[in-house]
Amino acid sequence: MTSAIPAKPANPTRNPDREPGVQTRDTPKKKSTKHYSDRVRAERKLGWILAGPAFVVMLLVTAYPILQATYESLFQFRLTAPDEREFIGLGNYAVILTDPVWWSDLWTTVLITVITVAVELVLGFALALVMHKAIKSFRGILRTAILVPYGIITVVSAFAWFYAFDINSGYVNNWFSWLPGIDEDLNWFAQTGTALFVIMASEIWKTTPFISLLLLAGLAQVPDELSEAAKVDGATWWEQMRKVIIPNMKAAIMVAVLFRALDAFRIFDNVFIMTNGAYGTEVLSLLAYRQSISRLEIGLGSAVSVLLFLCVLIICFIAIKLFKVDLAGSQGGK
Amino acid sequence: MTEKKTKNKVLWVVVGALVLLYALFPVASILATSFKAPSDLTSGKFLPTGGTATTSNYEQILVGDAQELFLSSLRNSIGISLIATFIAVVLATLCAYAIARLDFPGKKLILTTALAVSIFPVISIVTPLFNLWRTIGLYDTWLGLIIPYLSLTLPISIWTLAAFFRQIPWELEQAAQVDGATTWQAFRKAIVPLAAPGVFTTAIIAFFIAWNDFVYGISLTSTEAARPVPAALAFFTGASQFEAPTGAISAAAIIVTIPIVLLVLLFQRQIVSGLTSGAVKG
Repeated sequence: MTSAIPAKPANPTRNPDREPGVQTRDTPKKKSTKHYSDRVRAERKLGWILAGPAFVVMLLVTAYPILQATYESLFQFRLTAPDEREFIGLGNYAVILTDPVWWSDLWTTVLITVITVAVELVLGFALALVMHKAIKSFRGILRTAILVPYGIITVVSAFAWFYAFDINSGYVNNWFSWLPGIDEDLNWFAQTGTALFVIMASEIWKTTPFISLLLLAGLAQVPDELSEAAKVDGATWWEQMRKVIIPNMKAAIMVAVLFRALDAFRIFDNVFIMTNGAYGTEVLSLLAYRQSISRLEIGLGSAVSVLLFLCVLIICFIAIKLFKVDLAGSQGGK
Repeated sequence: MTEKKTKNKVLWVVVGALVLLYALFPVASILATSFKAPSDLTSGKFLPTGGTATTSNYEQILVGDAQELFLSSLRNSIGISLIATFIAVVLATLCAYAIARLDFPGKKLILTTALAVSIFPVISIVTPLFNLWRTIGLYDTWLGLIIPYLSLTLPISIWTLAAFFRQIPWELEQAAQVDGATTWQAFRKAIVPLAAPGVFTTAIIAFFIAWNDFVYGISLTSTEAARPVPAALAFFTGASQFEAPTGAISAAAIIVTIPIVLLVLLFQRQIVSGLTSGAVKG
């Protein structure tokens, strides 16, 4: 879907001075066909005059940088040594793809994506059901509460979870010391598994509201008569869910999963705050950041950025071709 | 029957309490930490222990040593997020109006582009911008963040507003014209009141997204000149190098969460409808 962003259509240069829909009333009837095509042309022009700036800005802030990154990824180029810039073709890609760090970061990113999206789907669906069925007086409170994690800054969420689990300032070890494996000496951020657990908990807490709101919209589209009819026919709650509700909101579920998966794939904030990638928790976004911003290896960093972008394209491609997720259609494209 | 009703009510109270616990516990956790004295941080308790609760962390960031660092980042965050939101909403309003109202080729292209931009990995844009901004002098400036923030705020604004505008009964405009209003009057009196809530809701959602940014914030700034709050939090240091800045960060985190909570309390209905209508046309 995103692979080739077509060139921007020629921008109309002249300004329209009024609504195209308003006809001039002294046009002779004979010329109506020609007049109609004038109107269509004027409307098209106005359409692009109004929509064009937003379109151009979107291309400028994304398409241009990714093209620039693609170009720079072909050079060996370090900002601290600008004179040694040298064209090396796909050399940077070879370096990255033969380095185990790339593969381990990719694996961590995929793991985080799969687990968080799966948990969020279940949790988000439960929350959506609660909001959907809640009696009126509760609805407002529930929605307000659920929007707090949605609106909160991810970095704040990361610190909240970090301090709760941290060996020095935390209380989790103290609270859960009765569980096997947890005692006051457990440093959650010194092993891959436990560190990823907290990172994913923060990510899930913060983003489940979004997925549950998308699912809520999907639930609202399932006709009430269908589940009523199933109930009359003696279907249990679970059967109603499985045979009626879920099949009828499949499109909404698919869109929610794809959106969240792509969002989870670029996870950065939580990892940066909690471990900064230590103990095998580094993700791809952090690798790109470390190469370009920390080490000023623009060539290598650009190559990681391009590879990350390609991964996102592949996920989209798989979702759209294999699972037939119709993003534009379900989003009310006319 | 009454018994069943009571039972139902109890069930809802329990479920509601669970949802509240889920949604607010981490906030409560960092709120409790923000009132802990440095000596109390390692107590292993959720709340500050017996009588040691203190506002010294808030004093430190609002009037104390960390004041300069925190207040300048707060100013940057508010200014940059508001400007990025404003530009995005203006551009998106024009764009969404055209999409909902006019017939022109390329509508689908614009919506698809918006979708593509919104799923774009942010870090992929950072590297080239970092290099370019350093060359042309936009590094560590407000403008240097406002421009990339548009990649976050513009796409969702277009989607949300297009969904809103499709629901507006545009015939009202013609009806007003038939009643003798001029084009401009008809637009202002009949359409603007209907469109304004959608524009306002979109602005809130876009503001949340700009306010949340971290990747651009840490990559494209280096000093207090433009560094926004999330990035500043990550670089907070304690009063001395042996003291963790836990309390100060917690207090700052609470302060930047207050506007979010206020907006959510005031506009939950609009935000929910904005998020859901933009995502799945209902």
